[in-house]
Amino acid sequence: MDEIDHGRRRMLLAATAAMGGVGAVYVATPFVLSMDPSEKAKAAGAPIDVDISKLEPGQVMTVEWRGKPVWVLRRNEQMLKTLPELDKFLRDPNSDELAQQPVYTKNPQRSINPEYMVMIGICTHLGCSPTYRPEFAPPDLGPEWKGGFFCPCHGSTYDLAGRVYAGMPAPSNLVIPPHHYVSATRLLVGVDSEVI
Amino acid sequence: MFDKISRSLGDLREWADERFPVTAFWQDHLVKYYAPKNLNFWYFFGSLAFLVLVIQLLTGIFLTMNYKPTADTAFASVEYIMRDVNWGWLIRYMHSTGASFFFIVIYLHMFRALLYGSYRKPRELLWVFGMLIFVVLMAEAFMGYLLPWGQMSFWGAQVIISLFGAIPYIGDELALWIRGDFVVADATLNRFFAFHVIAFPLLLIGLVLFHMIALHSVGSNNPDGIEIKKKKDENGVPLDGIPFHPYYTVKDMIGVVVFLIIFSAVIFYAPEMGGWFLEKDNFVPADPLKTPEHIAPLWYFTPFYAILRAVPDKFLGVVAMGASMVVLFLLPWLDRSPVRSIRYRGTWFKLALSVFVVSFVGLAYLGTVAATPLATLFSRIFSVLYFAFFLLMPIYSKWDKTKPLPERVTGK
Repeated sequence: MDEIDHGRRRMLLAATAAMGGVGAVYVATPFVLSMDPSEKAKAAGAPIDVDISKLEPGQVMTVEWRGKPVWVLRRNEQMLKTLPELDKFLRDPNSDELAQQPVYTKNPQRSINPEYMVMIGICTHLGCSPTYRPEFAPPDLGPEWKGGFFCPCHGSTYDLAGRVYAGMPAPSNLVIPPHHYVSATRLLVGVDSEVI
Repeated sequence: MFDKISRSLGDLREWADERFPVTAFWQDHLVKYYAPKNLNFWYFFGSLAFLVLVIQLLTGIFLTMNYKPTADTAFASVEYIMRDVNWGWLIRYMHSTGASFFFIVIYLHMFRALLYGSYRKPRELLWVFGMLIFVVLMAEAFMGYLLPWGQMSFWGAQVIISLFGAIPYIGDELALWIRGDFVVADATLNRFFAFHVIAFPLLLIGLVLFHMIALHSVGSNNPDGIEIKKKKDENGVPLDGIPFHPYYTVKDMIGVVVFLIIFSAVIFYAPEMGGWFLEKDNFVPADPLKTPEHIAPLWYFTPFYAILRAVPDKFLGVVAMGASMVVLFLLPWLDRSPVRSIRYRGTWFKLALSVFVVSFVGLAYLGTVAATPLATLFSRIFSVLYFAFFLLMPIYSKWDKTKPLPERVTGK
């Protein structure tokens, strides 16, 4: 038995390396998964109660849900009238991208009650929070501007229903969180409806 | 007496050499490491980069002694360092100014390589290790910028982590995994602290070591871009080489002194550099509900950030930004010129390099301003020129009319 069996040696080496590789993947798993959101972070996403009784027409309020800003915008008649006029400038005027809103807000006003617009105030581009720009035709946004939201980070613009303008870096409309009305002036953000 | 001391020191060295190659190391890498004799001003930046690395490591260790990496305490602990810790303001400003100076030095170091073709065969891996250092340095700087937990820290991190979200299918999960929460939060800050003070510095030191090993194996390029190893005397010493020590150690010390004068002037008189080194919005604590009116990364990220913004599509913007980094890695294989140095290149390369410098500086500026239509237009033009410099290089560097190379390095 002086001859070295190279084939056998290679096979044993490969098998040992493969076993070691499997072991390495197993050991790496807890480290990788430890970086996912902790149970505590996941539990912090409970629904919030929002009192909208003090909101004036044209005003927007910001509340925090899951660490994100949620806007409630009370739109007046004039604001609502601008929405259909803007359809041709928008990327997704009919809210066809389903992930961006619950089914009960897939309508021209993107809301349950057309007067109140509820949405997550985070730009769908890279996560900045856009600013509310209700004025008509300001110098920096051009003569066609009919009020909406402007993202200071990369210049994406949205209308007063959170619909993104075409040709912007942001790929889709602002996300509408699940929500429903508990009463005419109280809103619960974070759940679709009281399911018992 | 002195005789006796020097004899016993000699004995000590001998004793050590038998156990650890002290003398051999000293000889191989300093006294008998021959560098071209014509290295000029541009060759200061390698040793200066090493100096800044040491400054950052040292000041970083001392900052860690008083900094607290939680969302509730981070901002206040930085202010505590600035106001109440003895000399804390100096150590903090050394670290924050050091970050910007690191990039100034590295950019000039990289530009030197472009000027003299220092990335060309056989220095491809030297260049690749250098580029890896550059990328790790960017990650290190980005994570460090989150730690003060100011408005710019928070929203900068929010934007950059969201970049990963643009990757199809796995993007959202990946961004969530990086953040460790649904938005940038305490978990994010805490892990960035771990990466910033342990993981990435270790990686950086390792890569710097590789960069040095590669350099000392192939030797320095020089402003003439010719190999000094081709002409050696009877002892095998390059005719145009001089020992690194004492010649270049002394020369580098001049560079260090001048550098430290400028560095100190900034630390003492303009540590924020008018918002370029420390942005004004970062003196406001992070507010997850409100993005600052105008958000821009620090100056050293802006060329790449401008490329990202120039593309009107989320995913393709991220791809373009990534590609702007990848093309730099490919430089050794894109350049087909028979000569290395700009001294012997023709008009085409000089023109291309000028256009590249203008585009790069232009992008750096545009990355700092608001995204107006005019700024976006210029960003697009400069982005195209940036990529053209690299992607057309195989053509124009080959066609270019070059001058004949000298036999020996020029200059006295």
